[in-house]
Amino acid sequence: MSQDLSQELSQDLSLNVNGRDYELEDVPVATSLLSVLRDRMALYGAKNACEQGECGSCSVFLDDDVVCSCLVLAGQASGRTVRTVEGLDDDPVGGRVRRAMVELGGVQCGFCTPGFVVTATGILGADPDADEDAIRERLAGNLCRCTGYTKIIEAILQARTAPVDEEADR
Amino acid sequence: MSGQQAPADLTRDTGEASPGVGSSLRRPDGDLKVRGQFAFSSDLSAPDMLWGHTVRSPHPYARIVRIDTRRARRADGVVAVLTAADVPGRNGFGLVVSDQPVLASDVVRYVGDPVALVAAETPEAARLAAALVEVEYAELEPVLSLEAALAPGAPYLHPDGNLVRAIDIRRGDVDRHAADAVVRGTYTVGMQDQAPLGTESGLAIPDADGGVHLLVNSQWIHADRNQLAAVLDLPPARIDVTLAGVGGAFGAREDITLHAHLCLLALATRRPVKMVYSREESFLGHVHRHPAVLRYEHGAAADGRLLYVRCSIDLDGGAYASTSWAVVSNAAAFAVGPYVCEDVDIRARVAYTNNPPCGAMRGFGAVQAAIGHEAQMDRLADALGMDPIELRLRNVLDEGDLMPTGQPLRGRLPARAILESLRDLPPVADRTDDGFGPMSGGLLRVPGGVGNVTHGEGIRRGVGYGIGFKAGGMPEGIRDYSTARVRLFPIGGEVVAQVQTSAAEIGQGVNTIAVQIVQTELGVADVMVLPANTSVGSAGSSSASRQTYMTGGAVQAACRALRERLIDLAHERYGHRADSLLEHGHEVVLRDGALLAGPEQHVARLTDLVPDDGLEEVRRFDHRATTPYGVDGQGEPHIQFIFAGHRAVADVDVETGLTQLVQLDVVQDVGRALNPVAVEGQMHGGTAQGVGLALMEEIQVSGGRIRNASFTDYLIPTVLDIPPMTTTILEIPDPEAPYGVKGAGEPATISSTPAVVNALRRASGRDLSHVPVRPWDLIAVEQS
Ligand code: FES
Ligand code: FES
Repeated sequence: MSQDLSQELSQDLSLNVNGRDYELEDVPVATSLLSVLRDRMALYGAKNACEQGECGSCSVFLDDDVVCSCLVLAGQASGRTVRTVEGLDDDPVGGRVRRAMVELGGVQCGFCTPGFVVTATGILGADPDADEDAIRERLAGNLCRCTGYTKIIEAILQARTAPVDEEADR
Repeated sequence: MSGQQAPADLTRDTGEASPGVGSSLRRPDGDLKVRGQFAFSSDLSAPDMLWGHTVRSPHPYARIVRIDTRRARRADGVVAVLTAADVPGRNGFGLVVSDQPVLASDVVRYVGDPVALVAAETPEAARLAAALVEVEYAELEPVLSLEAALAPGAPYLHPDGNLVRAIDIRRGDVDRHAADAVVRGTYTVGMQDQAPLGTESGLAIPDADGGVHLLVNSQWIHADRNQLAAVLDLPPARIDVTLAGVGGAFGAREDITLHAHLCLLALATRRPVKMVYSREESFLGHVHRHPAVLRYEHGAAADGRLLYVRCSIDLDGGAYASTSWAVVSNAAAFAVGPYVCEDVDIRARVAYTNNPPCGAMRGFGAVQAAIGHEAQMDRLADALGMDPIELRLRNVLDEGDLMPTGQPLRGRLPARAILESLRDLPPVADRTDDGFGPMSGGLLRVPGGVGNVTHGEGIRRGVGYGIGFKAGGMPEGIRDYSTARVRLFPIGGEVVAQVQTSAAEIGQGVNTIAVQIVQTELGVADVMVLPANTSVGSAGSSSASRQTYMTGGAVQAACRALRERLIDLAHERYGHRADSLLEHGHEVVLRDGALLAGPEQHVARLTDLVPDDGLEEVRRFDHRATTPYGVDGQGEPHIQFIFAGHRAVADVDVETGLTQLVQLDVVQDVGRALNPVAVEGQMHGGTAQGVGLALMEEIQVSGGRIRNASFTDYLIPTVLDIPPMTTTILEIPDPEAPYGVKGAGEPATISSTPAVVNALRRASGRDLSHVPVRPWDLIAVEQS
């Protein structure tokens, strides 16, 4: 392997993540958003199961879209707002998704879970009445090796209709 | 260590009531996990931490001529470069035999064998420096199949030759029959990857006194520690292993992988060292499910009675033994499936090759065997003109029958009930009248659906069945046990409980079960499970579907010892009143933080009994003894038998060879469902992994090299591949197990693959001798 030139080039970045401004110095240009979240900001909620855009464990909101943060260069997120699973604490849809995932057994090892919570929050945020087919189709980029998906689907369907429980959803 | 938050596993549940066993208590770690705050082993950090990287062999078989680390040592940010010469103790590890070098010194035996290690200030620096380690190899002719490995004159890959183990199980006389129907088949099974979403990762922190603390994802931290002690030449007590958050395991974490590497680097640099495998390295770093060649011959009478089964099972073990010794044992013992057959001749073997090493994966040998026996049963049904379920029912194992090992089956068996339950499922609609036509049901419901490749003319529907079983727990006379420490102490006017075990919570829910058991046994609602570590005795491995039985048993035993202490304390403190209540034949009940005589009579509150410094008991739980195999593989090697069955409904487009599963139904006996939602989760997840093996999962190895070490090229099922599933839980208790439980983790993985493949056979009319089934296997007309 030859020395990768992109390792040499770096930039300073300002990022807004979960409502907070971060000033980062000397970020190599090839660095992914996922790796600055994890290694520079200690936001470990987004996971790193493949770093190739195949598993969705790294899902975050970039403005209003759910993206694989492993495929986004940190520089591309500059000037936009990033929301990770840690930033969904006060999100009412996120709260319902979280509660249903725990209650209905949509969580086992939990490695895929933050990605599913973010993606499902995105699905229901954009389309509160999404039907099962629509949910399945939009979850197709999130891999789970433990649950066989059945309880995750049940949980998201329940989150769609569950009443907001202010206490439990926080 | 400064991970994020509190230690990941310091999980507690303060449920309102005390739901106990049988309820679907929520996972105590669930809330942290949905918030992204559960610390997995890849999420740890420590001040002044370095990053490690592994240099691996690019050759399947080669001599190491020379290793030059000078350029790597001089590279930016590099703190240490280690080779085999830096291993202070035994340069070998392995769960059964220590045949796997920590760092190869003279030969490399597979593509990926670790050769050197780098520690540097950043992950990039470590990775770049690793590329600067110069290793000169003299390539050797690799041994790439079991046949080649066992051929006369084959080079010995290890000192005792290439046969890891051969097991023959023989009963009766297979040659004495004139069968009305004989079915012969050869089946091949590809190499499957466990593909847990969390890759191998961990953090090693050197102690001030020369010891080391390792935080790692694992299935059995005591086995890790004992192997590390030999490698590091340290007393086991100087090595603390703490289970860090585990992102799935499925067998991939039974063997150590980066454990010794992390400790070596931490001890050499006197600084904390972290490593996280990339997905690609994960494929190289852990063992896989053995690829298999299964050759079967079944003979049956006209009425469907199985007369004899002859079979051979060949497993490619790859470069190191790992758990091959036990996998081949399982494949042999369960080769016939859950059927009565007096005359059997089973020969199973596993050999070393220069392919990637294979070892444990969920279902452990029984998965491969079931692909063979269930294909055979379907073909036999066709040969006899019988219904496939009817044929199975005619032969199914019942109480008092014998295993091929001669082991008698005691107690009620679930296999018949499973088959009947599958038979009695609501029938599946024909494709034409289920409203799921390609134009009506949307593209999600046609093979190749969202790719929009068909109008549906070539779609055929098939219904397939499969049933399988294996043993729960460790076989062949292994003295297996688990240990638990349970502590009661008062806090804030309540008595709470704390459980310490070393059982690996890998997602399956052993910690939830521990909480439920304490709630049931001690009537305490607030139960905390401490992070698993080596400060308490071994819990054994989180494998073989054994933790609810074994660690559940240890937690129950510790609770029962505490209960005796509480009764003694009640007598001491409340003398006369307690004596009279408790001596009147009333059973002691612990409920809602109180000790009662019988269901109603209050004797004492636990807060009045438990001293300020708490009460603590440690118990070890052993299962009954088993025996090794004797002559002809006869003996009683197993403690418990665990069964599941599936019905699969599949649509196959015989023009494109694409498949869409329509429905899956799982029936499984778990003895007693201590947590029904968790049991269903095991059934769902196990089924999905079986679907993966049936339809898509195969590590492509050519020339000893993995060609698809990524989630782009090694596909695991997505939500679109998994159809709606129904689950039926049977509860036929095992009188020897705590609460009657039977292992729940593996059975669904065993029967789902053959059910799906049988559905594809029915749909396509093709024989399908290879698993996973490939599109070109399903196309009706040969392409010319
Ligand atoms: S880590 Fe980003 S998609 Fe897998
Ligand atoms: S819960 Fe383990 S990968 Fe989804």
